[in-house]
Amino acid sequence: MDLKAMKNEHKQRKLYTYQPHEIKLGYNNRTLHVNLSDNEISEKPVTQFMKDKFVGGKGFGLKLLWDATTPQTKWDDPENEIIISPGPCAGITQYSGAGKSLVVSISPQTGSIIDSNVGGYFGPYMKFCGFDALELQGKSDKEVIVVINGRTNTISIEEAPMEEVNSHILVEQLTEMYALNDKDKINVAVVSAGKAADNSLIGMLNFSFYDPRRKHCRLKQAGRGGIGTVLRNKKIKALVAIGTGVKGDLNHVANLKAISERGQKFNKEMRDLDESQCEMRTKGTAHLMEVMNEYDILPTKNFKYGKDDSQIANIHSEVFKSKFTQTWKNLDGCWFGCSMSCSKAVDGFELRTGPYKGEKVIVDGPEYETAAGVGSNCGIFDADHIIEVNFYCDTYGICTITFGTTTAFLMECYEKGILNKERTGGLELNFGNKDAALELLHQMAKGEGFGLIAGKGVRAAKKIFAEKGWGDINFMNDIGMENKGLEYSQYVSKESLAQQGGYAMTNKGPQHDEAWLIFMDMVNNQIPTFDDKAEALHYFPMFRTWFGLQGLCKLPWNDVEPVDNCETDEPAKVPDHVESYVVVYNSVTGNNIDKEELIRQSERVYNFQRIFNIRRGFGLREHDAQPYRACGPVTKEEYKSRAERYDKQLKEFIGVDPEGKSTEEKMAITRKYREDRYEKLLDAVYQRRGWTKNGVPTIEHLKEIGMDLPEVIEVVKPLQ
Amino acid sequence: MDRTITVNGNVIEWFEGMTVTDVLSVMKYTFKMLVIHVNENIIRREKWPETKVPAGADVKVIHLMSGG
Repeated sequence: MDLKAMKNEHKQRKLYTYQPHEIKLGYNNRTLHVNLSDNEISEKPVTQFMKDKFVGGKGFGLKLLWDATTPQTKWDDPENEIIISPGPCAGITQYSGAGKSLVVSISPQTGSIIDSNVGGYFGPYMKFCGFDALELQGKSDKEVIVVINGRTNTISIEEAPMEEVNSHILVEQLTEMYALNDKDKINVAVVSAGKAADNSLIGMLNFSFYDPRRKHCRLKQAGRGGIGTVLRNKKIKALVAIGTGVKGDLNHVANLKAISERGQKFNKEMRDLDESQCEMRTKGTAHLMEVMNEYDILPTKNFKYGKDDSQIANIHSEVFKSKFTQTWKNLDGCWFGCSMSCSKAVDGFELRTGPYKGEKVIVDGPEYETAAGVGSNCGIFDADHIIEVNFYCDTYGICTITFGTTTAFLMECYEKGILNKERTGGLELNFGNKDAALELLHQMAKGEGFGLIAGKGVRAAKKIFAEKGWGDINFMNDIGMENKGLEYSQYVSKESLAQQGGYAMTNKGPQHDEAWLIFMDMVNNQIPTFDDKAEALHYFPMFRTWFGLQGLCKLPWNDVEPVDNCETDEPAKVPDHVESYVVVYNSVTGNNIDKEELIRQSERVYNFQRIFNIRRGFGLREHDAQPYRACGPVTKEEYKSRAERYDKQLKEFIGVDPEGKSTEEKMAITRKYREDRYEKLLDAVYQRRGWTKNGVPTIEHLKEIGMDLPEVIEVVKPLQ
Repeated sequence: MDRTITVNGNVIEWFEGMTVTDVLSVMKYTFKMLVIHVNENIIRREKWPETKVPAGADVKVIHLMSGG
């Protein structure tokens, strides 16, 4: 690559110089606003009120987006923003998993608010440059990059016509271009998307970090909801943050010693226990593959089934372990100081298709969600295929979860005759056809063929197929695994009512980062009553929301557990780690919260996001409806595959003797029972969360949690 | 004599000499992050192979969360 020629083509549209300062107690107390339409760059103060109510990370993102947009703003309007905010704890290196950023925008897929969390170095470097959040607003008329340069204390908007769009090339180009030398590459972080983000609604963002051992850039993803599409719609090719080196206490925290003590305790747990627990350092989240299969919750063939015992060996975690490069297993962190080191990679992978066919590349992952989504859920039990799709999704800027669930839906449509070869332009989209799945992905990147429809996601595809008269909309609504317009992540929730709520009652759509309750509910039978389930669907979504306010990763919370965790009253909450997070937060900020106030911090932001959805015409009970495939067996083949289970439930739970009844009759009774129970769950959870029966936060509850802001009350008052 | 035990609310057959490890095998519980109670007594991981489960016992095998 001729970097000099590329750089020579850069035309500076704006150069803004800011005053450097020290972070105090985890905050810069200012944010950065960049408008691509008029090339304006400005700073905004962060008030104590903003910190008290919104904390940081997703909270800041939501607050800034609320102020920047109107209820009518569409995803591709210039005033829509992409906001990246790391949070007060982001950037510490003494406790594992502290390099996360939250990205917030109006989603091209859902029309409402999307948030996505991501590792990589951009968020912390931006914070060290001097800003608690970055707002990107407006639209450029030419391809640009935005550079936040901590060396020169400047922000620039530069036309960048020659750089590649696909991420695996672009991040290498920009890292090389902006690093002073090879050693300095570690100080350059890039955010980018890819060519498929140009031509679809499901684009994602890659956040890079330079891996000095591999001497290449690595990529972490803010995958959900199409934020990569928003980035490309603004004609932003990339964002670059240039740091000046990560030192011990750039956050100038209140009590570094206390954080270090907690961090060292955690590191010892990882050293002593990881090998006998989750094996995060050697397998990453892919350790879950055979576990999910064993418990019948690994999505198989568009969530029809939860396992395939005859093929699971091909995508067993040991297969991925053998492909992950283990040389640096203890150093595969996506932020400094993380001893969980679960950011696995396959080195020297030779691609068999597409524009880079024959090249040997680094592939970040696959993680569990990717392997289940583009693998088993599409009926493809082939580890190399999964790795290849993982690579192309990343470089093209496509969410692997969304691609997997969408492709699985299309494959079922194909097998049901809703689609055929003529309608797909020649793609034989049967379950298991890996060549067709890859071709679909390449079509998305090229913006041609059936890839154009697939790239709109499940909700749009259902509508298009129905309008063309290809299929019954009711059937497609049953099997199309989306809620709120976002595709499901990769767990079969049929036998866990609580997880059905954990998916479909989410603010942004069915992503497991709010609540993962399948074991508690379906296997442990720990939360049998509606009240029990409601309590779990209050606590866990609030607790997990908190990570996204702070710039912390959720995985160190419960992917390793202290030896004596089993002796605690509530082992599922991992009380010792909860206490560590209270200590870490207090020791960064100098505040003095307890574990109850931790939940309260989240509640304020969670309710604000719900009301933000309501403000935009969403966020009510009707929007928490789930596709029946998430709840029970849609087809006879599904019922028959687990007939013993379903017949037993008919008898024991519903009080109906299955003897002499046809499968259709039994399915209808089962469906009514399950759908009724989901409605009862909504009632119970809404009550526990302080919401009306329509899912609207009550004014009384908002007062109780200290979130009765005038603009918030104005939205909910007519709906009480 | 009661020849069953209850595991997470499911009634299963009991056999003479049945250990905690045997219960996990019968239930096909392969997940590693478990907390196990037999008649409300916590059984630590290292004791699973040698701890006998009495007939009629109430066994709770609590699967903790991970992933995501």
